[in-house]
Amino acid sequence: MHAVRIITLGSHPRDVSLDALCRGLEDVLPVACSIEPIPLDIDHARDPSRQQYHSTQLLASLVALKSNGESRVLGITPYDLFIPVLTFVFGQAQLNNRAALFSTFRLHNEFYGMPHAPALLAERCLKEGLHELGHTFGLRHCLELPCVMNSSTYVEDIDLKPADFCLPCREHLRLVC
Amino acid sequence: MTAFDPSEITIMIVDDELSVRQSLEAWFQDDGYTMVTAENAAEALKRMQNQHIDIILLDIKMPGMDGLALQDRIREFNKDVIIIIITAFATVDTAVRALKAGAFDYTTKPVDPDELSLLVRNAVDRIRLQRENVALRESIDHLQYVDDIIGESPQMQKVFELVKTVAPTDSTVLILGESGTGKELIARAIHMNSTRKYFPIIPVNCGAIPESLMESELFGHEKGAFTGAQYRRKGKLEMARGGTLFLDEIGTLGLKSQVDLLRVLEDHEFHRVGGERSVKADFRLICATNVNLSEAVKSGDFREDLYYRINVFTITLPSLRERQADIPLLAKHFLEKHRTSMNRKVEAISPEAMAVLKSYDWPGNVRELVNAIERAVVINKSGTITPDDLPMQIASRPVEAHGEQTLADVERRHIESMLADNEWNISRTAEKLHIDRVTLYNKIEKYGLKRP
Repeated sequence: MHAVRIITLGSHPRDVSLDALCRGLEDVLPVACSIEPIPLDIDHARDPSRQQYHSTQLLASLVALKSNGESRVLGITPYDLFIPVLTFVFGQAQLNNRAALFSTFRLHNEFYGMPHAPALLAERCLKEGLHELGHTFGLRHCLELPCVMNSSTYVEDIDLKPADFCLPCREHLRLVC
Repeated sequence: MTAFDPSEITIMIVDDELSVRQSLEAWFQDDGYTMVTAENAAEALKRMQNQHIDIILLDIKMPGMDGLALQDRIREFNKDVIIIIITAFATVDTAVRALKAGAFDYTTKPVDPDELSLLVRNAVDRIRLQRENVALRESIDHLQYVDDIIGESPQMQKVFELVKTVAPTDSTVLILGESGTGKELIARAIHMNSTRKYFPIIPVNCGAIPESLMESELFGHEKGAFTGAQYRRKGKLEMARGGTLFLDEIGTLGLKSQVDLLRVLEDHEFHRVGGERSVKADFRLICATNVNLSEAVKSGDFREDLYYRINVFTITLPSLRERQADIPLLAKHFLEKHRTSMNRKVEAISPEAMAVLKSYDWPGNVRELVNAIERAVVINKSGTITPDDLPMQIASRPVEAHGEQTLADVERRHIESMLADNEWNISRTAEKLHIDRVTLYNKIEKYGLKRP
């Protein structure tokens, strides 16, 4: 059983229940989650010209955190993330390593001019959390559509895939977890 | 199209900004691609010297040689690599210049994740099509080879029957025969008539690979598996995925390699040298040898368990001297083939030359015949191959050295040859033999000689 520490980055994401996220992650992955009460300061990663936060720098901040015995740390932020070449990223993770993070900024339906949908937001958060944690357990993007490790560049891609792993990815997790 | 493994595609990111290199490298690593980075043109060129690159994501503005100049330099020695320009300073002029100089695509930083994924997916599709095209061309070559299997003799008819029987099964086949009898052609014929024909046949000449390199050659290796292993390399077993692995001269395989091979045949999986992940083996095995494997088993040079594994269905190829009746057919076929490929006007083989070809015992078998005909096509000037066009050891070989050694046999062969030389003109042949026509008729009757 892997201990996962969940930490908010900058501030608590709006309309997101971290407790529900923990339960969802624990249902699918062999992990035990804990929630860090105080958000991590992320001002250093802000790019004023882009009005976004540098995802790789945030990942480095998570890596630098002193471990409390957990094997994985998952950051969640309400702010929009980018890496230098790309306009945005939903999240980022260290492949086969400790840290992962994702943003709820583009997971809200309102971002796309759609009605507020809290259940859909919770589902998207769970899928992003599973996806990024999957990378930390050594999983790469999966070519199978019905797998949470399938790559998503649109929010619709996230909605299409299930909050679960395909059999080969599940088998990989069974071997490494 | 075969299953796609992203790790078979190597992407190089050339950008002077460390953060760009790092983030793009991580981004594509998540997709499973093999990644390489370079911070300037010189480093990029150096990387390309040492390893195969499929796609380059190239920044234009770099200190020293800029991206466009680097693209020009790369195009001088590599027309296949796909170059995608990614720049923060886009102008119509640079875009047009880059695309005219052969860039696959052009985009500006920051790029939308979906656009970048689509660009690379398109590039990968093109690479897959290129690879498929090469594989198909090779298949066509293989089909042409299969056309070279010719024979009307009963011995070859039996071989064809065996090939027809075993090809559609997935059974391991052992092909026996002297050197030059066409064992690889038979292996290809089996492959081309099997359900695996749309996948490659990978030949490995076990005798040509030193034992120390055999493991890496067969199983491949991971990057850093040993000194000099600068990048991951597929082995022949992996290259034969879905198709056929043809192990020629299997009798020369070292004992350690025999153990390794046996394990793969039993477990249907293997590990690359230095690798932890097991790779599934999916190939049909065809082996060939010109040595007596059962003797090698007795002497301890060949493992008994492996011998029984590969000796499931055996095809023995006759030597050319055992099927002399096929020589004219083969000779005419190879004449046609070489005449066409060399664009030479050599139309025929003279009866004298054909008689020489028929009377020779061909220790090098069909391969020697092919070479003899090729040589004759090269040096011939008259348009008809004569004995003078044939290699010395064939043309000058005394007739009595062939077949039976009795005086009657020698006489029969000589009369047959003289008749052929004189186009069965009885008077002229009798005159040259210094005998009268009646005697010649008697001898023709005695030996049962017939005008062809």
